[in-house]
Amino acid sequence: MSEFFAMGGYALYVWGSYGVTVLLLATEIFLLTRRSREAKT
Amino acid sequence: MLAAARTILQRDLLLAMRRRGDVATALLFFVIVASLFPLGIGAQPNLLREIAPGVIWVAALLSSLLSLRRLFESDHADGTLEQMLLGAAPLGVVVLAKAVAHWLAAGLPLVAIAPVIALQYDLPAVLYPVLALSLALGTPVLSLIGAIGAALTLGLRGGGVLLALLVLPLYVPVLILGAGAVEMSAAGSGGEAQLLLLAAALVFAAAFAPWAIAAALRISSE
Amino acid sequence: MRWYWYASPQTFFPLAGRIALWCGLAAVPLALAGLYVGFFVAPTDAQQGEAYRIIFIHVPAAWMSMFLYVVMAFWAAIGLAFNTRLSGMMASAIAPTGALFTFIALWTGSLWGKPTWGTWWVWDARLTSELILLFLYFGFMALHAAIEDPRRADRACAVLALVGVVNIPIIYYSVQWWNTLHQGASVSLTRAPTMAKTMLTGMLLMALAFWLYSMAVAMVRVRCIMREREAVAA
Repeated sequence: MSEFFAMGGYALYVWGSYGVTVLLLATEIFLLTRRSREAKT
Repeated sequence: MLAAARTILQRDLLLAMRRRGDVATALLFFVIVASLFPLGIGAQPNLLREIAPGVIWVAALLSSLLSLRRLFESDHADGTLEQMLLGAAPLGVVVLAKAVAHWLAAGLPLVAIAPVIALQYDLPAVLYPVLALSLALGTPVLSLIGAIGAALTLGLRGGGVLLALLVLPLYVPVLILGAGAVEMSAAGSGGEAQLLLLAAALVFAAAFAPWAIAAALRISSE
Repeated sequence: MRWYWYASPQTFFPLAGRIALWCGLAAVPLALAGLYVGFFVAPTDAQQGEAYRIIFIHVPAAWMSMFLYVVMAFWAAIGLAFNTRLSGMMASAIAPTGALFTFIALWTGSLWGKPTWGTWWVWDARLTSELILLFLYFGFMALHAAIEDPRRADRACAVLALVGVVNIPIIYYSVQWWNTLHQGASVSLTRAPTMAKTMLTGMLLMALAFWLYSMAVAMVRVRCIMREREAVAA
């Protein structure tokens, strides 16, 4: 398990990539749902 | 059609002559920007010789941006642009003539002054022809692409900065080719490939930009 | 010929909602499958170790960044040619997502470059033109925001998008034309791929997931744009 998180020493780069991607996509979805709610009013 | 083109060309050049201050300002900007780099980076001759093509080209890009605003603005303000849109001459021909006039007033002086800047950077004299040729081929492309941006941002607030944001990414290939031509020549392998690509870019731009500029003018003028 | 019926915003609105729902739902299992293949099925790379697993985000994101720009330019062209309102709205709906994937491609590429090439950034042809693509997306969005009338904004941005579409082949072919640091294409429509099948599968699954995600997001966004413009007009 900890091997998985360590990613052969490249943890910073691999999880930095996946993490930022997930964060950005989640942010886009969040902003879009908010825009959708405001547009409905 | 050619008569219309000649008329517009003569008119724009005459107007540029009357506003010699504007032309001189852009030229002075070019010289000043090029002078900033040695002051900021430090004046080691070897370094300056290496960065000279890039610096001259970047300064030419920025100076070209400065002069783009006045391409359509005064005509837009006094209604001449509307007359051009409604007139009998094809709009593509009209804008091409305006772009040529812009280049003669704003781009060609850069080609003439560039060797002086190159002198300041101690660029070997054997490279001056390549530098001048790259600028002579590249600055018309800058005028044409810039005219698209000027037409799109006509009359918008915050227009100058927006124009730069729109146009600079489109300028990048010209920059890379132009500076690359001189750098390749300096390295001894000859800049013919870049110069040929620049010439191709010029032909492409001259063929297609007038359509885009005309479309953008129609969109901006309603 | 039924498509012309959907060219009207009112008729397209409910269809967009359905597309958004189904694409959004389909994207999740595909992404999970892609991530599973990417982390647990695909073997460790001989030279790059585990760092190469960034490829499962980086390449699909880069593909989407180029693909979305072409789609945006397509809608721009349709809007200019047929003067349809919906086409301009579609182009505006796609732009932010395209910019997002371009940024993700650049970010993940940078994080992949550091352990493998030794540098966060290099000015080679592909990276530079991908960066230019990001600026083109931003320029599109900035121009749209600067023009008050939405119809004029749509048309102006359409011209801009079409002028910028020249950049896409430059990005795509840059690795062939200039022999620089970024590796050449390992995936082609005509030749057999030069990478392990499992890696390819993972990449394709993630690409499909990103594509479905983009469609869902674009549909939701175009519905928002329709509502917002209708509110202003009324």
